[in-house]
Amino acid sequence: MTEPLTMVATRRRFLIGAGGLVLMTTVPEARAQFLAQSEARAAAMQAAIKMIAGDAPTKSGRIKIELPPLVENGNAVPLGIKVDSPMTDADHVKAIHVFTEKNPQPNVAAFQLGPRAGTANIQTRMRLADTQLVVAVAEMSDGTFWRDEVEVVVTMAACLEES
Amino acid sequence: MAADARALINVPQKAKRGEVIPIKALISHVMETGFRPNSTGQLIPRDIIKEFVCTYNGTEVFRAEFFPAVSANPFVSFTTVATESGTITMTWTGDNGFHATESVAITV
Repeated sequence: MTEPLTMVATRRRFLIGAGGLVLMTTVPEARAQFLAQSEARAAAMQAAIKMIAGDAPTKSGRIKIELPPLVENGNAVPLGIKVDSPMTDADHVKAIHVFTEKNPQPNVAAFQLGPRAGTANIQTRMRLADTQLVVAVAEMSDGTFWRDEVEVVVTMAACLEES
Repeated sequence: MAADARALINVPQKAKRGEVIPIKALISHVMETGFRPNSTGQLIPRDIIKEFVCTYNGTEVFRAEFFPAVSANPFVSFTTVATESGTITMTWTGDNGFHATESVAITV
């Protein structure tokens, strides 16, 4: 009674194995290319953040990204950024930088603020080329950097074809 | 280029001294990324707005630098402190000599 069952099992196992073998032999090139590209872009984002913050640590907190967790259309995603700061001459947000992990270019936008802004509360609309991480870095007047990151799922990516 | 750019700005007409007022600015612009191929497979050259500056009676209160990842018809919303009566001016500059300016009066 157990024999047919094991036969089915081995046949299934063989088919899965064979399928996997085919996938492994044809896909790796494309996969390697894709991985290399996403790695390069993630590295580009880290480099872009480093260009802003230098060797200073970017601590999490004080800054908050508001992005929908699931986006249907990556062409215009509402983005909100709030930074917790009194915005006085002595203690204010100097700049807010926004980066993405997988867009063709890591930079999204940079905002220069000052005590005249009253609050650090910005809204805009951005493009997202893929499901990815969005990072915002706030530069304070005392030289510290604060960051927040949000993972966004995108179903229809931006900048793929002519609209 | 500047003549056909339509800008919409929203600033309260009146405010109390010291009040934090919201400012919204929207301008019509394609924000072509430079990463998209056209029907013949060639990349469409980049055409974006690179900079947005808001001045309050000549003093810069807010500046934004845009990259291709900012959506078409860039919208930006921020706040400023109503210090005195005067004009709030917004300027957009970008590729291909793009330049647009919009001003609004505010009574404090």
